[in-house]
Amino acid sequence: MNAGATPLERLLARRSFIELSARERAREILDPGSFRELLGPFDRLHSPWLEMQNIVPQEDDGVVIAKGRIDGQPAVVMAIEGAFQGGSMGEVAGAKITCALDLALKDNELGTPTRPVLVLETGGVRLQEANLGLAAIAEIQAAIVALRRYVPVVGVIAGMVGCFGGMSLAAGLCSALIATRQARLGMNGPEVIEQEAGIEELDAADRRLVWSLIGGGQRHAVGLVDELVDDDAAAIAGAVRAAFVRGLPARHRSEQVALFLDRLAAVDPAEKLNGPALRVLWGKGGSNG
Amino acid sequence: MEIYEFRYPASIAVGRRAHVGVVGSGDLEILLEPAADGQARVRVRTSVDGYGPIWKTVLDRFFSRFPAIAAIEINDFGATPAMVTLRLQQAFEESRA
Amino acid sequence: MAEAETTISRGLIWLRALTGGEGTVAGGPASVRYAEAPLGDGPACFLAVVPDAGGRFPRARHGEVGLLEAWTLAKLVGDVVAADEGRVRRPIVAVVDVRGQAYGRLEELLGIHQACAAAVDAYASARLAGHPLIALLVGRAMSGAFLAHGYQANRILALEDPGVLVHAMGKQAAARVTRRSVAELEELGNTVLPMSYDIRNLSRLGLVHRLISGIDPGVPSAADVARVATELAVAVAEVRAGGGGLDLRLENDAARKTRAASLEVRRRMAEQWAGDGAGA
Repeated sequence: MNAGATPLERLLARRSFIELSARERAREILDPGSFRELLGPFDRLHSPWLEMQNIVPQEDDGVVIAKGRIDGQPAVVMAIEGAFQGGSMGEVAGAKITCALDLALKDNELGTPTRPVLVLETGGVRLQEANLGLAAIAEIQAAIVALRRYVPVVGVIAGMVGCFGGMSLAAGLCSALIATRQARLGMNGPEVIEQEAGIEELDAADRRLVWSLIGGGQRHAVGLVDELVDDDAAAIAGAVRAAFVRGLPARHRSEQVALFLDRLAAVDPAEKLNGPALRVLWGKGGSNG
Repeated sequence: MEIYEFRYPASIAVGRRAHVGVVGSGDLEILLEPAADGQARVRVRTSVDGYGPIWKTVLDRFFSRFPAIAAIEINDFGATPAMVTLRLQQAFEESRA
Repeated sequence: MAEAETTISRGLIWLRALTGGEGTVAGGPASVRYAEAPLGDGPACFLAVVPDAGGRFPRARHGEVGLLEAWTLAKLVGDVVAADEGRVRRPIVAVVDVRGQAYGRLEELLGIHQACAAAVDAYASARLAGHPLIALLVGRAMSGAFLAHGYQANRILALEDPGVLVHAMGKQAAARVTRRSVAELEELGNTVLPMSYDIRNLSRLGLVHRLISGIDPGVPSAADVARVATELAVAVAEVRAGGGGLDLRLENDAARKTRAASLEVRRRMAEQWAGDGAGA
């Protein structure tokens, strides 16, 4: 991007990442010409459980695994297609991600520093494959923790589905987390909270409120996301590269137990805390220290 | 979910396989592969029941114009006939690119 | 909606039974219990999440894994790993009876996903460091709460009992979302195995290492407790003899039948992985 361009020129030069399919997103993140898909649609490894329940499957089960290069180094992108079943994790979708992470681990153990990138666009467990979805997510999490001892595991949450359920924990395990303002990151989706705890607890239709709690901008401001980027394919690809250049954090966010226990101690649960107030209370920092 | 199968006599060879679309709301996924038997064979899985005659009309029209010798698999999630035709054209063009 | 907790927590019953103590942690929330006790021929560490009517966060008072619970689990497990640095690593037993993660606006704002990620991290790191990690399912093991407390284990042991439930979503909520009645949902679980709430069906998916039957989960006898302790000790010994990964969940006869698709993914992706002159 030309730094001398006017804001309008920069805006017009942008190519939306959010609007891209998972396959196109993976292509954008990898070095040009290096994209090679594994277990693509023509391998026809779709869900064995959806058709049993009269639901049309997708031939890649909503996950694109692409090998290639990032800054010339071997890499693998695992991109979830948010448009298929809300990016939900079923048996095959989950197994594809776990397997790619495990193979990247094996590469790293053998001296090939394969770089892993997760493009998270997911509501979490696919309810029609409930227990296998949950098991798959546990296995993805195990694989992330094992792999990030060697190489940063970089997560991207672009939107518009966001990243929820068990996969939000996977995001919380990433070495570096990149998000847009359109993204949301949370464990229980707003609709689920409204249903479980009542509309007085959270009005899921109030978009401004929802984003003020769990939107990418808020998450970044309180240190739960590392990089906030525009919805621009080049900016996101650049942020991914920068994360690998930075390398492993001294301590992962999910290891900063004392910091977060202190932060919780500073919160009064009886007070109706909101997004802006938490920004003041927690400020920035602590994310990579 | 319903499954339909169609066959058409075909005459246009396609060079390579093509994949377009996504099984998302109002959209569909198409997998097109070159075939050797001089026919177009189409298998449709659709989330919307009771639209068999409409599928037949849409596919009849498409293959009368583009009789591709191909095996085609469609996974549909409620696409309109216009969307189906658009995706078929995309797949057909990609397979000849 | 939060139901009244009418019965005493099975998590607490089993933590007491296996350790002989209450497991309250000085300075910690009363909802997270930790105790050390002999298991087989060595010392072991036991953890449970239990209801605490006086908990600081109202939405985590009934046995849910909330913010404090998850970060505290992470701390306690991390402390075990640090304490055992350079010596025989003690087994860690997660006694599981968790009704779900805490659902609330404050929980989301304060990053309950990060809290649960920390618990996952701690357990997974302990396993990778060489601590035999066993989950003992004595009650509910629901969704994200189970991910945070138990699902990283080398071995999952479960009491065969209708009250031992594993699922991604509570029955009522799942019925609403899938537009089915609870009865239809239960029926479905018999044909679509992963939809089942029945622990025996989870076992058919290869995810339960051992089902322990004939135990009274609510009022265990001394013999019941001794049997469960023996099963735990056997599992620990097996883990010590084997590796630290989760491969066993797929490498068993049940999984070969019911998780064939997962195994197919593994086999074929491994074939396609190499041969990557790609983009060099």
